[in-house]
Amino acid sequence: MQRSKKMWAALGALATITAVGLAGCSGSSFSGGSAGATQNAGSPLTVLIGSSGDAETKAVTDAVAAWSSSSGTTATVSAASDLNQQLAQGFASGKPADVFYVSTDALAGYAANGSLLAYGDKLSNKDDFYPTLVSSFTYDGTFYCAPKDFSTLGLEINTDMWAQAGLTDADIPKTWDQLSAVAAKLTTADHVGLAFSPEYARLGAFMAQAGGGLVSTNGKTATANSAANVAGLQYVKSLLASGSAKTTKDLGAGWGGEAFGKGLAAMTIEGNWIGGAMKSDYPAIKYTVAQLPAGPAGQGTLQFTNCWGIAADSQNQDAALKLVEQLTSTDQQLSFASAFGVMPSVQSAADQWKSANPTFAPFLESADFAQGVPNAKGASDVITDLNSQLESIATGDPQAILDQTQKNLEAVVGK
Amino acid sequence: MTVTSGSKATSSRRAAIAGREGVAGWLFTLPIIVILGLFLVVPVGMALWVSFSDWSGRGSPFSGDVSFIGFNNYQDLLGGGGLAERDFGISLRNNAWYVLLVVPLQTAVSLFLAVMVNRAILRGRGFFRTAFYFPSVTSSVAITVLWLFLFGATRAVNKLLSYLGVNGPNWFADPSGIVHNFLALFGVTSGPAVLTDNMALGVSYWDWLSGPSVAMTAFILMAIFTTSGTFMLLFIAALQNLSGETQEAAMMDGANGWQRFWRVTLPQLRPVLFTVLTLGLIGTWQVFDQIYTGTQGGPGKTTVTPAYLSYTSAFSNQEWGKGSAIAFMLFVIIVVLTLVQRWVLRERGVSRRRMRAYLPAASATNSSALAVAAVAEKKDEVR
Repeated sequence: MQRSKKMWAALGALATITAVGLAGCSGSSFSGGSAGATQNAGSPLTVLIGSSGDAETKAVTDAVAAWSSSSGTTATVSAASDLNQQLAQGFASGKPADVFYVSTDALAGYAANGSLLAYGDKLSNKDDFYPTLVSSFTYDGTFYCAPKDFSTLGLEINTDMWAQAGLTDADIPKTWDQLSAVAAKLTTADHVGLAFSPEYARLGAFMAQAGGGLVSTNGKTATANSAANVAGLQYVKSLLASGSAKTTKDLGAGWGGEAFGKGLAAMTIEGNWIGGAMKSDYPAIKYTVAQLPAGPAGQGTLQFTNCWGIAADSQNQDAALKLVEQLTSTDQQLSFASAFGVMPSVQSAADQWKSANPTFAPFLESADFAQGVPNAKGASDVITDLNSQLESIATGDPQAILDQTQKNLEAVVGK
Repeated sequence: MTVTSGSKATSSRRAAIAGREGVAGWLFTLPIIVILGLFLVVPVGMALWVSFSDWSGRGSPFSGDVSFIGFNNYQDLLGGGGLAERDFGISLRNNAWYVLLVVPLQTAVSLFLAVMVNRAILRGRGFFRTAFYFPSVTSSVAITVLWLFLFGATRAVNKLLSYLGVNGPNWFADPSGIVHNFLALFGVTSGPAVLTDNMALGVSYWDWLSGPSVAMTAFILMAIFTTSGTFMLLFIAALQNLSGETQEAAMMDGANGWQRFWRVTLPQLRPVLFTVLTLGLIGTWQVFDQIYTGTQGGPGKTTVTPAYLSYTSAFSNQEWGKGSAIAFMLFVIIVVLTLVQRWVLRERGVSRRRMRAYLPAASATNSSALAVAAVAEKKDEVR
């Protein structure tokens, strides 16, 4: 009797505490979250970035500090160790960072739950962004956030191996047949002609060259198992079967840049981020960059990008918007480009960037025919699943892989 | 009269003391109740609510625009027919194989190490004890990084294998299951239709039986390597608690070392065995940090575990309801398996088959062995 009474008392105490705790939690949200952010022009800004390294952190910190001293609004930059997790915690607590990086695959989730401020149309430099980038950050017909910068895939060629194989500039592949031919010529006992990571973010370029894509141009329908996509993967299979191309996994490399830098492959397919790795890790390798060859449906490549998100719960959205305009301005993007090697997301910076980085010009020129990756909510899971099957593309059946992807994609696209 | 009043007085005084003591008791336990309540009960309660809600990760899960959606999250995972169900099935498959291999092996290895280290004749016992325990105190992140280096395509482990004439696999990049690989040695590369056509949780029976992938096998080896030391300590403590007399009695009865271990030592270790198996079961179902720092679920999703899947669905995909639903199903799995294990390891009388070993009425010497066994049983009961 006595014991059960005590037990009930303990349970009662716990229940009270739970109730108090829950009340506390919900209370805080009513003042901060759901009631909508109260605007306060003087309140300081926090900027949360998922940095690629010290160079990027420093460049962004300097740029924000410069804006801060000219505008009079205090702003601090912090580099996240795990951006998604830190953002999620911020949104849940109702006190997120004001300005932060958003990846294309995270956009839909944050936009759908109202965490993101849809400020795209308020940007003064709105029309300067590449249209494909704008569509990557458009959710439900609304342009949410300003593209920070972008990357495209290109073909990197080891010039020494190229010369050894007796190839000249005229041999740079323009079609799939030419690519197969030079890859075969470049293959020796020591290295293969071409290496790429077996994942959608590389092989998707071949699907684009065949005229395909995981989703339709308007992003409303899943088209994963189209004949064009199958043809793209069939071509990849034929490259692997010929022995003149290998996946990075088979070469024991983590990514294309590693295989290329270690001289395991004469060519690889990577984006402009390879520049930094080549400079710091493999300075001895001489290489050049070309646009990816055209497939049956013409040229195609993939593009990757992040945007500057502004929190809907930000206390100082006007200042945040001004900061983002400054960070995406032509001059600022050019200085980011020279600091950590990204490509500016505004067209007005293109010519200057190309003259400053002549070897990398093919990357920027590829923007004309670049395809964004699907940004529907849940699409990143579908792509992870696709990647898990593309790892064994050499032995897999493209039609079966893409049929599975189509089924998964239909569940998330166009809803 | 006086007697009754007197007894009344004592009883009321007693009640008063008990009352005051009760208040004091509550006062002393209050801090821990508050702390446990705030940091354990409230979050668990919130997570339970989230698993039944459509909370999208913004603001409080108790705000007005979050609604109750019943078992929808659970339904998507257990029978939705979509990617969520398949991912959950794959993660259960991966983790089940992990548990199936890690728990028995780590228990056996740690028991073996404990028995070895516990022997009085072993020189440098302290050194070995420390050496075996060392991996347990090192952070799992550091060990994971070490493992990634050791098991790289052209790194130490494969070099070692190449001296033995074995062409080692590309460990952390190999998604093929080891049971499938073993069957492939005999030319079996695809299962019978009854296995490939029937699915459970979006994964075909044939794939359920694939075994852990080569990459997961590396993690299995790592788990055994890191946890054996901890459990070895538990076994050592238990072994040192055993009385020497029982051993001596068994020795006098002519039991050899092997028999003494299986018939005398092991039965007495049952409570510790239960602890070790339970801790092992809980630890292996919750494997997360190795995956997070090591492979992020790759290659081919073969190292995705429910804990990691729960994390990614919540934090990367904003599917908070599904994430917490996975966490609660993991909780149920652990509880059920612990109960099953408790039932398996329950106290049982000596079975008739076992009894026979002690009962050859002809030999007189064996009767005291029976007594020893009986003593061992009794001891357990007392505990």
